Amino acid sequence: MSPVLLIARRELRGYLRTMTGWIIAASVLLIDGLLFNAFALEGSRRSTEVLTRFFYFASGPTMVAAIFLAMRLLAEERQLGTLPLLYASPVRDRDIVLGKFLGAVAFLSGVTLATVYMPLLILVHGQISLGHLLAGYLGLLLLGSASLGLGTLGSSLARSQIIAAILGAALLVSLLVAWLLASVTEPPFSKLFAAIALHNAHFPPFQSGQVHLRDVAYYLLVTWVALFATTRVLEARRWQ
Amino acid sequence: MIQVEQLSKYYGARAAIRNLSFRIDSGEVVGFLGLNGAGKTTTLRILGCVLLPTSGTVRLDGQDLLSAPRQLKARIGFLPETPPLYEDMTVGEYLAFVAGLRGVDPARIPARVGETEERTGLAAIDAERISTLSHGFRQRVGVAQALVHAPEVLLLDEPANGLDPVQNVEMRALVRSLRGDHTVLVSSHILPEIAQTCDRLLVVRDGELVAQGSEAELQERLGVGTGVELEIAGPVEAVASALRNVPGVRAVAVQMVAPDRAVLRVDAPDALRPALAQAALAAGAQLFRLDVSADRLESLFLKLTGRGASA
Repeated sequence: MSPVLLIARRELRGYLRTMTGWIIAASVLLIDGLLFNAFALEGSRRSTEVLTRFFYFASGPTMVAAIFLAMRLLAEERQLGTLPLLYASPVRDRDIVLGKFLGAVAFLSGVTLATVYMPLLILVHGQISLGHLLAGYLGLLLLGSASLGLGTLGSSLARSQIIAAILGAALLVSLLVAWLLASVTEPPFSKLFAAIALHNAHFPPFQSGQVHLRDVAYYLLVTWVALFATTRVLEARRWQ
Repeated sequence: MIQVEQLSKYYGARAAIRNLSFRIDSGEVVGFLGLNGAGKTTTLRILGCVLLPTSGTVRLDGQDLLSAPRQLKARIGFLPETPPLYEDMTVGEYLAFVAGLRGVDPARIPARVGETEERTGLAAIDAERISTLSHGFRQRVGVAQALVHAPEVLLLDEPANGLDPVQNVEMRALVRSLRGDHTVLVSSHILPEIAQTCDRLLVVRDGELVAQGSEAELQERLGVGTGVELEIAGPVEAVASALRNVPGVRAVAVQMVAPDRAVLRVDAPDALRPALAQAALAAGAQLFRLDVSADRLESLFLKLTGRGASA
């Protein structure tokens, strides 16, 4: 097994064996369920609107869960003194980062996909398109992946998991509120801020059942940039 | 096998180590001695590829450890000062994970884990979670992770740190048992601990190498007096007189430690210990203990670490 998969498997087991993983999973399912019941199902709506609102409301808990899942990835290693084990092994720094990220992605994907019973409940009284369902979940996974990437970068910058979560959340919120900056700045900055807004600019098509290559590329790019920066932070730590 | 040249590491303006140069041959067990903060951990972290130096080179069989670390890392086993343990894993799972990480053939991993557990005395706790282990066992698991991929070089940073006397003896025996199979560099700030375990000592002070050699060589070079202690019962003065007559004995000091028990401190080379025992017994002594003087090791340590003047 490659070092990346070994590290990813260890990380995934770590979530499954500690209370943290289960608490995050339970919280996401609870909040998604409450939001679905209170807002997506309220009033008389067409099935496709209900599904769109479900994905809209599920995106928030997904981003928050990603930050909480990512906060331990590298900060905990530093806190417990286990980072030298990885540094001293014949593994590249990028493999360490990728393995840890993939473990967290696997857990977050499992939690996200466990919400599928909610959209399926729409089938009791209505109809949904499989394409809409798949596009919505693809959007949630891409948004979760980008948020995990930012959280991983935050985790590499701190020794304390709380500080790591704060840093990850700060990076995430910076990209989330970019659309606000777009409304108060002039071109070309307004266009730039509008284009990099994490949720407003790129998630709505997914929640409506549309997959645009530019949105997929955007989330993958945010993920890649965050993981690349994390790798550079790990490399820099060897000099300290 | 390991050649360190002009190795320096600065944290800001502060030098943790300065122009450190030494060589360790294949199969040697070398002790790295120094007070806390002397630069032992920094050096071991550089040799273990955890930290990069500010300047200098480290070569393993002629290959530069710093420019091609991945190929060479698999040949090194490193136990940091705090054992790097994942609390949620069992001992067996953890060692299998580390073996996989260090490139052991997957088909060989169960066998390697089993062999390592046998060697380090962990076989009985293979299924125990690491979070439930005592400090002594955690140190053993730390040594086991450094050994599990059968590396040629072992770097052990204070392996006996915080162990009780029994665990300390066990750890020393474990390190001694590695002789021959591995080249070992073991750090400590306790001289008697590594003097018993190592072939040679490297002594660092304030980031610089101040001495190297065997314990006897260092004693001779630093002019630390030799000494043997005997604890006896019986005719104390007659025994003291008999000891003074043994060729090579320079002086004998008597200290009564109980009405019928005395400690005789003999200024004589180690090699005279059999002759001293024979002389004491011939003079009618009951011999309770014969040992190298504890004062002597202490004195040597204080001189080596630069605290001799204040002692």
